[in-house]
Amino acid sequence: MTQPLAAPTDTIDLAAEYREAGVADVLDRLDAELVGLAPVKRRVREIAALLLVDRVRERLGLASTPPSLHMCFTGNPGTGKTTLALRMAEILQRLGYVRKGHVVAVTRDDLVGQFIGHTAPKTKDVLKRAMGGVLFVDEAYYLFRPENEKDYGQEAIEILLQVMENQRDDLVVILAGYADRMDRFFESNPGMKSRIAHHVEFPDYSNAELAQIAERMLADWNYRFDAAGRAAFDDYLHHRRAKPHFANARSVRNALDRMRLRQALRLFDGATPVAADDLQILTAADVRASRHFHPTPPTLVGQAPPEADIDAYDPDRIPERSDY
Amino acid sequence: MRLTQGAFSFLPDLTDTQIAAQIEYCLRKQWAVAIEFTDDPHPRNTYWSMWGHPMFDLADAAGAMQALRECREAQPGHYIRINAFDSTPGWESVRLSFIVGRPAVEPGFRLVRREGPGRTLHYTLESYAVGRQPEGERYAT
Repeated sequence: MTQPLAAPTDTIDLAAEYREAGVADVLDRLDAELVGLAPVKRRVREIAALLLVDRVRERLGLASTPPSLHMCFTGNPGTGKTTLALRMAEILQRLGYVRKGHVVAVTRDDLVGQFIGHTAPKTKDVLKRAMGGVLFVDEAYYLFRPENEKDYGQEAIEILLQVMENQRDDLVVILAGYADRMDRFFESNPGMKSRIAHHVEFPDYSNAELAQIAERMLADWNYRFDAAGRAAFDDYLHHRRAKPHFANARSVRNALDRMRLRQALRLFDGATPVAADDLQILTAADVRASRHFHPTPPTLVGQAPPEADIDAYDPDRIPERSDY
Repeated sequence: MRLTQGAFSFLPDLTDTQIAAQIEYCLRKQWAVAIEFTDDPHPRNTYWSMWGHPMFDLADAAGAMQALRECREAQPGHYIRINAFDSTPGWESVRLSFIVGRPAVEPGFRLVRREGPGRTLHYTLESYAVGRQPEGERYAT
């Protein structure tokens, strides 16, 4: 390079800053541990870069307004919004934008009270707990109920807005929810929209990514598919996606839980002694017993259908839950 | 007369930064921070009014400082103190208590002498502020 030599204070080694802040480590782990989500990762990198540059600029005395850090994560269920919020808190903490880097995850119930005068103390209490870290409001659109004008949610929103504006140093708020409903929420709360700088959209996972996620989950639990089981699982994903209430990685996790149950039952019922290897392997039979492979429930005469039972007892199948 | 109760009371009044640092210390020790206020400064008055609930799961001093600001605003002319409860051993005890707010003028205490049987004398303290006005108006300016 033929640049003129500048005084040491005038050149800043951004790479060194980056290493020093320890953000590289978090971002690398983000890349390595989270499957897919390329647009989200790029967005996180952008935000991290902006914050890093801002920090350097501030040290050099270049005036810039303190960055607004409040974010909104939109995407379908099971696309990693909560996981990313945890990582985001870590990044913000390493860069010194929040002091503690803990995440307080709340929903409407934690913020909105049951009767007049109950909401403000409740919301303030949650805010106090979240100070120094990140407040993650899941399904934030439930805070606002346009059909009921006496709803206390509006009060919670106002307190939230006040703190988001006045105590930016103390607290970062991340709102999360489905994209379309968040849009409607922002339309009716323009104040909220204008205070949120970063909108991050989470795409759905492809089948290949979900299979990869499944393999990582199983590896974490010391399980694995055999070759036929793996093929059956691809089939399973194909079937499952077409069914209602498909919740990406969360559906995969629940499906794997049920497959583990079936595997346990199969080993338990089998008369032969089991090897350590057998305890780790999920076979095609464990996968294909899922009710998603059977258009109509199999009618069995005289005996209890074990596979169907396992699915029936799945706690996630309560009808009002939309994420099983 | 300047009231000296609790920790740090012979030091100049703590600044907000110093108060936050003390709270930070308490939180690091996993103590719960509570705010109390009163306008009866008698040393044997242990029943101060609580400002909200003790803050049991704070992670950062900012939350307690916000509550303190609210308390100062709502209760001007009161003594305000911060207590730190330690519940980690299974029993609870106040580990640290210090005054973080006081009225602008503190008239102090009068020594009251009461003569008993056989010319014995009993001594007690009485706050001028408490004697002259009812509760809530004692330090009003």
